[in-house]
Amino acid sequence: MGMTISQKILAKKSNRDEVKPGEIVMADVDLAFANDITAPIAIDFVRKLGVNVFDESRIALIPDHFTPNKDINSANQCKIMRDFVKERGLPNYWETGEVGIEHALLPEQGYVKPGMLIVGADSHTCTHGALGAFATGMGSTDVGFAFATGKSWFRVPESIKFVYRGKRNRWVVGKDLILYTIGKIGVAGALYKSMEFTGDAIFELPMEDRLTMCNMAVEAGAKNGIVPPDGVTVDYLKSRGVEPSEYEMLASDTDAEYSDIVEINVSNIEPQVAFPHLPSNTKGISEIKEDIKIDQAFIGSCTNGRLSDLREAAKVLKGNKVAKYVRLIVIPATVEVYREALKEGLFDIFLDAGAVISTPTCGPCLGGYMGILADGEVCVSTSNRNFVGRMGSKKAFVYLSSPAVAAASAVAGKIVHPDEVIK
Amino acid sequence: MIFRGRVWVYPDNVDTDVIIPARYLNTSDPKELAKHCMEDIDESFTKEVKEGDIIVAGFNFGSGSSREHAPIAIKASGVACVVAKSFSRIFYRNAFNIGLPILESRVVDELEKFDEIEVDTERGKIKVLKSGKVYSSSVIPEFMQRLIESGGLFNYAKELLGV
Repeated sequence: MGMTISQKILAKKSNRDEVKPGEIVMADVDLAFANDITAPIAIDFVRKLGVNVFDESRIALIPDHFTPNKDINSANQCKIMRDFVKERGLPNYWETGEVGIEHALLPEQGYVKPGMLIVGADSHTCTHGALGAFATGMGSTDVGFAFATGKSWFRVPESIKFVYRGKRNRWVVGKDLILYTIGKIGVAGALYKSMEFTGDAIFELPMEDRLTMCNMAVEAGAKNGIVPPDGVTVDYLKSRGVEPSEYEMLASDTDAEYSDIVEINVSNIEPQVAFPHLPSNTKGISEIKEDIKIDQAFIGSCTNGRLSDLREAAKVLKGNKVAKYVRLIVIPATVEVYREALKEGLFDIFLDAGAVISTPTCGPCLGGYMGILADGEVCVSTSNRNFVGRMGSKKAFVYLSSPAVAAASAVAGKIVHPDEVIK
Repeated sequence: MIFRGRVWVYPDNVDTDVIIPARYLNTSDPKELAKHCMEDIDESFTKEVKEGDIIVAGFNFGSGSSREHAPIAIKASGVACVVAKSFSRIFYRNAFNIGLPILESRVVDELEKFDEIEVDTERGKIKVLKSGKVYSSSVIPEFMQRLIESGGLFNYAKELLGV
């Protein structure tokens, strides 16, 4: 029996010819990382063992969640990271001024390559599967174990193959495809499994949209999301200074076994909105009959804070103004995205529209700071979760959408299709 | 281990944002985290939880973020174990790693707040005291049993590294 790409990576990294779903393997990790929330516990694990990290070049520490620090406690957490980095002379650390959201930063800086096995102490580590890596989120102790030993244990997952065909409609991006998919299978629809994204419509999808799709695999309960590498992957990596000689292009065998195959015709998909309080509560935007007035729109996060996301938002915002009493918060995911957006003139469009632009941070996505919601407030957000209390008050309401829908909604003051406001 | 205690009953998809909201994640101190455990779905929890209580829930318990602070907050609240129909995979690993016993079972369907149950983690049996009904939980994978026997992931790392 053949293997899926996910199974092949786990087999290779555990020095086996093959692995089967359900088996537990101890595998060598190529990259392990943590952020300012999760690193302190992982660092404590390494310190208590009294060992060095397994390979300085293969671990990364990324202070992105509550930076620039929002309060004394979060500053202390970052200090624990920084002290550890200085003491051990670790190369892969980014200070405020250089740092970006981990899942945007690592691919952008060329750290992620096809065929790698990546563990991160953050659930959205599954993002990196967009480049054909096996990447999964874990807790701090698991990542501390990986920091110290270079290994992690895995239960080999079954895979579900998602085959996307057809031509995308105008304004339909990777975010809409993944929201639609989660709406179809539910928040535990891929529990413990791999989501493998394939089909003509995926191979035509730019890398940034693939990153968005894999980013939200965890919202369906998946262990990892993965797009088998192709020409788009090779071109993206070249643009990040990574040559084909530095990685291996794996593919699923034609006789690989899948627990399910889900076929999706993307030409039937319109911009999607996930209603409170689950990412699976999705509706096509034309199905929304009531007026959903908003208090805030947030464009950013590891899901949709990349340059293409800001360009989509700018297309909608150009010549428009944000509705009265609505806050539009734009957060470029990395310093490079920030700089490019500035150079392209996107900041002028945002500022003219009445948006505020923040330095890179996860900030409001997880209710940290930089845009917390009050009781009863409504936010349309390009992030990945709309759970109770996720962005502040437990009495607030979060709707998830693409950057274009979020931007259009900021202009209209209610959730609308981008065509309704475009000039 | 055998735990006998009263239950807190929760629905499907209890996510880590309600177990411990991110606004409290500027610390890893278990006692501080316990002060806010479950507060966004159940304000009575922190006020009334007692040492030895048990959480029972529906499907996909612990979904969402990878924060180990979630099982840490539950454990530091005094909760002896969690029994749910299923767990999100990261929460499942985290709970084992920090020593919070968890079992998969449908027992929640017949329980109300503060009913009493007895949980035998080794045999995977859950007994409802009011009805006498006994449920079986799914078996803990052998590798994870070994992890528990060696005293958790930390001791496993020591063995692996010979330190």
